[in-house]
Amino acid sequence: MAALDTNPNEPTAMTVSDEVAIEIKGMNKWFGQFHVLRDIDLTVFRGERIVICGPSGSGKSTLIRCINALEEHQQGTIVVDGTPLSSDLKNIDKIRSEVGMCFQHFNLFPHLTILENCTLAPIWVRKTPKREAEETAMYFLEKVKIPDQAHKYPGQLSGGQQQRVAIARSLCMRPRIMLFDEPTSALDPEMIKEVLDTMIQLAEEGMTMLCVTHEMGFARQVANRVIFMDAGQIVEQNEPEGFFLNPQNERTKLFLSQILGH
Amino acid sequence: MSDAHAHSVAFVRRSEIPPAPPPTAETGAFKWVRENLFSGPFNTIMTILGILVVWYLLSGLIPWIANGTWEGDDIRDCREILQGSGGGCFAVIADRWPQLLFGFQYPDYLRWRPTLAFLLLFVAVPPALFVMFLPRWTLIATAIYPFVAYWLIWGGTLLAPLMTALALIGGYLVFKQVEKRGFVQGLAAGIVTAVVILWIGGFVSDAGSGVLRLEPVESRAMGGFMLNLILGTVCVSLSIPLGIMLALGRQSKLPIVKGFCVVFIEFVRGVPLITLLFVANVVLAYFLPPDVNFDLIIRVIIMITMFSAAYIAEVIRGGLAALPKGQYEAADSLGLDYPQAMRLIILPQALKISIPGIVNVAVGLFKDTTLVSVISMFDLVGMIRGPILSSTDWVGVYWELWAAACILFFTVCYGISQYSQWLERQLRTDHR
Repeated sequence: MAALDTNPNEPTAMTVSDEVAIEIKGMNKWFGQFHVLRDIDLTVFRGERIVICGPSGSGKSTLIRCINALEEHQQGTIVVDGTPLSSDLKNIDKIRSEVGMCFQHFNLFPHLTILENCTLAPIWVRKTPKREAEETAMYFLEKVKIPDQAHKYPGQLSGGQQQRVAIARSLCMRPRIMLFDEPTSALDPEMIKEVLDTMIQLAEEGMTMLCVTHEMGFARQVANRVIFMDAGQIVEQNEPEGFFLNPQNERTKLFLSQILGH
Repeated sequence: MSDAHAHSVAFVRRSEIPPAPPPTAETGAFKWVRENLFSGPFNTIMTILGILVVWYLLSGLIPWIANGTWEGDDIRDCREILQGSGGGCFAVIADRWPQLLFGFQYPDYLRWRPTLAFLLLFVAVPPALFVMFLPRWTLIATAIYPFVAYWLIWGGTLLAPLMTALALIGGYLVFKQVEKRGFVQGLAAGIVTAVVILWIGGFVSDAGSGVLRLEPVESRAMGGFMLNLILGTVCVSLSIPLGIMLALGRQSKLPIVKGFCVVFIEFVRGVPLITLLFVANVVLAYFLPPDVNFDLIIRVIIMITMFSAAYIAEVIRGGLAALPKGQYEAADSLGLDYPQAMRLIILPQALKISIPGIVNVAVGLFKDTTLVSVISMFDLVGMIRGPILSSTDWVGVYWELWAAACILFFTVCYGISQYSQWLERQLRTDHR
């Protein structure tokens, strides 16, 4: 499979370095009185591919949304790529431009063409010249295998194609970290594969990834760490092998038996 | 499937069914008439009743127009010519046409100036309305137009509008420079610069009051349909940006900005426009120092603009609320800052959703400009009610005059409505 070549400077694919990409310490978050995230400690090394799973309402989406400040945390520290996440807007914008994100509902901009969706942020945030931004965009659209749709609008594409465009749009910002928030949950079974293939491609090329997903096949194949969350806490984390074959916590066992049981 | 397996559950399709046209009896004009006009006894009766009503209306309207006269100097001439034929006395329109358009105080030898300004409107407006088809540089015509139009209609030295334009450009440039350090600082610096240039410009245009001078016309002299058009175009084009700012302000997380916008919108929306106009006419004078001559038209423009901006703000707020939260999040996650996210992602979509509502307010605003007739300004309605109908020449010629007023307003409003529907079709990006 061809590499996506997002970070040409990183020589070895699928290896984890000692360099810390994200460091979360003692992080707590409340929605009003509701304690959604409790004492989260998580260190992500560069090149790691982490899958986060857990029942709905367990706080897994909230956790990755805190990493690029789509949600505000009330206690603890988050350091992304050496930049501490504070209320300073400069830092937030810097982190957001370094961290790509894909959403469950794609969130493409429906009033712009596919190409414009991909070039918008590089042109306005990175101040890339238009032509260069378009070349980059076409490069990544080819990698996700939809260059011929570049001048259509998102509403004319299938769900799977839209999600691949969303991935390409994030990659155009040359992010060092990618966050995926249930990227395949809104897709038909036939389209899930094409999106997962793109994500696998990305992983093989060495991208640091945090994926909230229930695609356990993907977790087995790609992840080097699986995190299970329940009631706002990290309940268990392990390498995929150990996680699936030998879960320790009762809650994890129940969850796995339910999602793998049919 | 063979007969032997007729009751079997298993089924495999071997060939595709080709698409076929619908049966011929289900198409065509005959079917349309049967289905839409005579589908049952009740609908048949309604159709016949409808035809009778239309016939009754036309039987009155057609002779009124066809037998009408455009000749004659007053109502008595009309009666002589018509001899009770039931025709309309359209002579009043022919006779008072310039007054209907320009009012009765605008000097008649200067009427070419507002006429020219009106014609130039057709050069200045298309670049803004058809921005997707015309090259961007044509927008210069739109930008220059307000200053040229002011100079043509009000007269005086060209330096006055020129200085205003300079002040706006200067303010904008300073804003752009300082904006990098922060939006609010940029805005403040820009406004200060504009005010300073305007202040200096006041001396310049006083000193050079003979430069490129047109004979000045006072605001009091503005009247007729011209006044409606001036108020309509100025107030619509000012209230849309103001409405956008109010709508965004109402969504703001900053409590003071939000509070101000909410109070402004709720107050202005809760007050009748007529009271605001009376305030503009009478009450405002008490608050201003006696030597300040604050033009009545400007006061009226401020009031109408505020009024419709509050409505437009609420319409746009509806558009903003209709956008999925994901659009804000996607813009944020790409690292766009607030002004960029608003300008590039949120507003284009929110405004598109709001087009019908905004046009609704704009059309309403344009017609509401006739309310200035109650504060003794002689717009089209004021002209008809006042000088024309109360003159001994044309007393009692109601139908013809009001019909003319209706046609003038309808032409403009229908044009706006058609444009907005066309724009909505242009901006549709889903099933093209």
